[in-house]
Amino acid sequence: MSAPSVLYDVPGPKAKARNVVYTVLFLLALAGLGWWILATLEEKGQLTWEKWGPFVTDGQVWTTFLLPGLLNTLLAAALAIAIALPIGALFGILRLSDHVWIRVPAGAAVEFFRAVPVLILMVFANVFYVEYTDIDSDYRPLVAVVTALVLYNGAVLAEVVRAGIQSLPAGQTEASKAIGMRKAQTMTNVLLPQAVTAMLPAIVSQLVVIVKDTALGGAALGFSDLFSQIRPIANNYFANTIATMAVVAVIYILLNNLLTAAAGWIEKWSRQRKTSTGNVVKPVDDNGRNV
Amino acid sequence: MFDFLTEYDVLGAFWVTVQLTVYSAIGSLIWGTILAGMRVSPVPVMRAFGTAYVNTVRNIPLTLIIIAMSLGLYQTLNVALAGDTITTTNFRLAILGFVLYTSTFVCESLRSGINTVPVGQAEAARALGLGFGQVLRMIVLPQAFRSVIGPLTSVLIALTKNTTVASTIGVAEASLLMSEMIENESDVIGLVFMTFAMGFVILTLPVGLLLGRVAKKAAVKR
Repeated sequence: MSAPSVLYDVPGPKAKARNVVYTVLFLLALAGLGWWILATLEEKGQLTWEKWGPFVTDGQVWTTFLLPGLLNTLLAAALAIAIALPIGALFGILRLSDHVWIRVPAGAAVEFFRAVPVLILMVFANVFYVEYTDIDSDYRPLVAVVTALVLYNGAVLAEVVRAGIQSLPAGQTEASKAIGMRKAQTMTNVLLPQAVTAMLPAIVSQLVVIVKDTALGGAALGFSDLFSQIRPIANNYFANTIATMAVVAVIYILLNNLLTAAAGWIEKWSRQRKTSTGNVVKPVDDNGRNV
Repeated sequence: MFDFLTEYDVLGAFWVTVQLTVYSAIGSLIWGTILAGMRVSPVPVMRAFGTAYVNTVRNIPLTLIIIAMSLGLYQTLNVALAGDTITTTNFRLAILGFVLYTSTFVCESLRSGINTVPVGQAEAARALGLGFGQVLRMIVLPQAFRSVIGPLTSVLIALTKNTTVASTIGVAEASLLMSEMIENESDVIGLVFMTFAMGFVILTLPVGLLLGRVAKKAAVKR
């Protein structure tokens, strides 16, 4: 029988006894922390039915606040990824250009927007639209949020596209050159179609980052996303801020775990496909660099 | 053209950003390492806790975590983290929020680093009679850390940018000052934005380049 991990042996009688002790101590510590939180919440009157009940019994809290908020979050995320993808693809390809005067400015733009915090981009985009455009103020927060997310994630996706194209075997470019394809043809007919399958998991993982970043718009610009529903719900349901934050957090966790699972499933699928090279671009972290 | 800079303490605001980053980075490194240790430990309950913690906290928007620190931990549970004034309390609450969030990314980086250490290293250590704690502390983690300096640098840079979220609970860091300046100096919003954007480029770029070189030097040649 092989050990469960290379870091430790299959536990013998002594190790088993020690593990039981650690388990008990750890559970006690967790229970203590949990008890303290619950007791304090109870003492503050945060555990009453009138504060938590509405999420189960009152459909209005869902139809008036949570679901429209979730819809706005999904809308902003979907718009952001849909616009950021072609921009990212364009800049990823520009960075691979043979011409220095294309490669360097494109690289500088990508590095700049990756280094600037999304919150700062959002605040600036919002004020910019106020000062220089006459976008209807109902839509302005959404437009500002999507603009900032597109600028940042376009830069991140440019790196994903570049990594996707570079992950292809050199033989692909060489073969297309050998049959007389031009550079643009090589890119659009040979490299990009293959790179896209390698990039899909990373793109879906990036959606998790985008969904989380939409909450910045709710906090800073008054964009009516899922996060920004916390205040109105608390105002309407006996100041149940704690309960609302918990419910909103659970919705985010479920949504993002769903997206992560989808990314894993797509990765498995693209590895198994016969036409793919089997290369998969690794997901990127919050900073857009490969983890 | 840049007279607006003299009226505001831009450097002071960025100094708060740097402080937030440094304290949060130290805390995340410690808590993240403990979490990684839990996730590879022989005790099933600790493994389960580590996995559940990472998969939960990583998927909550940082904005919600920071707001929860203020509204939940401070205003409801009355945890003030020994801050005497609202300013120091919010500053410390923000750091706690960043540590809770960023440590999940530190943990995941470290875990992938542990996987890069050849199996023979741990097997040899066990053959010498070292226990789990000793194997992790003396053999595996030192090698794992050397191979994850690159990924940890990305986490640090992400953390630097994420500190802007502290403005949502009123910590006077760079992005809060930018919002204030952009409100008052509406004729030069482009300049104000570029000032702060370049500030973050200056903060993150040298760190990335420097630690990138360190990562190359420190990586275990295999």
